[in-house]
Amino acid sequence: MHPFAFTKVSDTREALDAGRRGGRYIAGGTTLVDLMRETVERPETLVDITGLPLREVTVTERGGLRIGALVRMAEAAAHPKVRTLFPVVSEALELSASAQLRNMATLGGNIMQRTRCTYFRDVTADCNKREPESGCAALHGFNRTHAILGTSDHCVATHPSDVAVAFAALEARVSLLGPEGERHLPFADFLLRPGSSPQHEQALRKGELITAVEIPAHPRPLRSGYLKVRDRQSYEFALTSAAVALHIRGGVIREAKVAAGGVGTVPWKLPTVERHLVGERPSESLWAAAAERAADGARPLEHNRFKVELLKRTVERQLRTIGGTK
Amino acid sequence: MSPNELDESAVPPSGDSRTTPTRRTFIATTTAVGGAVVAGGLIAGSPLLDTDEAVAADAAPASRVSLTVNGTRRTVTVDNRTSLLDLLREHFGLTGSKRGCNAGACGACTVLVDGHRVNSCLTLAVRLEGAEVTTIEGLSDGDRLHPLQQAFIDEDAFQCGYCTPGQIMSGVGCIKEGHTGSPEEIREWMSGNICRCGCYVKIVRAVEQTAGRK
Repeated sequence: MHPFAFTKVSDTREALDAGRRGGRYIAGGTTLVDLMRETVERPETLVDITGLPLREVTVTERGGLRIGALVRMAEAAAHPKVRTLFPVVSEALELSASAQLRNMATLGGNIMQRTRCTYFRDVTADCNKREPESGCAALHGFNRTHAILGTSDHCVATHPSDVAVAFAALEARVSLLGPEGERHLPFADFLLRPGSSPQHEQALRKGELITAVEIPAHPRPLRSGYLKVRDRQSYEFALTSAAVALHIRGGVIREAKVAAGGVGTVPWKLPTVERHLVGERPSESLWAAAAERAADGARPLEHNRFKVELLKRTVERQLRTIGGTK
Repeated sequence: MSPNELDESAVPPSGDSRTTPTRRTFIATTTAVGGAVVAGGLIAGSPLLDTDEAVAADAAPASRVSLTVNGTRRTVTVDNRTSLLDLLREHFGLTGSKRGCNAGACGACTVLVDGHRVNSCLTLAVRLEGAEVTTIEGLSDGDRLHPLQQAFIDEDAFQCGYCTPGQIMSGVGCIKEGHTGSPEEIREWMSGNICRCGCYVKIVRAVEQTAGRK
């Protein structure tokens, strides 16, 4: 691990000052410390932001939910409002990492976490994300766990977060605070696809601080949940996953929010699946027909071709679980 | 100074995360960018450790931190890179917490910080100002073992024993959190602790029995 200076800030103004000077924010630290030890990350200054007042979960006026950036994963998952309003969020959180890590990691840090691509984490390997223009060892390497959607010739790494998949499905917004004030970004615009510059992963400006994630209100009743498929039962990243939220009234699907994880370079929203569902009545054949579109545009690699079929089945099963058949 | 107030501000540096890179990192860094970076880290790391913490925020990589470990207040100046695990093992001689993966993937280093189970290998010691840390050494009441320690013995819930301190600390957290409703629930909420000997059935039983006694 490279040496670094350490400073702790007690208000957001202090944090922004430190961030403007190039300081690196640290909250839970579960990704950052790990990557610093591997020398993938080499910050000169760490700015401890855990003293900032960003730990509230609040129901917004219209019935959405605002989760402070420093709320721990365990706290968010257990929060009664999260559990009742958006089970998909608490399920995604509880299927992530381990109890220990969830006690440490924060929501803001979770959506900032970096890929688990082994070539990214291995400083001897070529990786455009870690070392721009050095190449991508995963393209023709061992790429079983890599992305099939949103990839480019420069990077095929997946985004590892589960709760980000739920946020993408629910069309959450990320609240950011910078020297020029506050702004809000749709989740889909916050995380960036690799394109030709995979080193740029978030639409953050220098020194900008995530203050909260806000889930908009959705028509009620809303049934939602998260399904995660992985190599072992627990404590593992997703091969595929599906976040589904359905608003069904009068026997008809009025609103459908669906996104997939483990398959994309960013959490993968599935608008074609959603459009196929809206206005229809739940049925076995509907789930299958909608899920058939889940892998549209997929570009599988040598070792991850199985994800195409697995993704469709994951989405189909979760649609059935949430939507039932009546 | 009371016996429970230990001032250890002159603790010498030790432990590999402060002065030496990991084996993998060493090989990796040497190959990738040449020996200069590694050598710089090795040379720069040590002499700076003795500098005053007052300048830590600007340049020096060391800071002063006061925390309570198993009921004893301790003040120490540490290289900013020091993990809680290394602080416990190398500085305080509390070698019960084990280093397995050093990457948050095995749970052998699990301790309680302010009552919550965490991976001490991923916790930077400098961030623990005012924190209360409980390790396996602080669990028993004198010679009387914590009920979960006793249950691990009664159930024979280990073979090599390397993961056991982490399993027990995690189990204490799991019981406290109330995730012990069924063997399946215990397995899920204890999944952050890997046992290569495969003693899971008995570990689950020990946690279940201890939770049931509460």
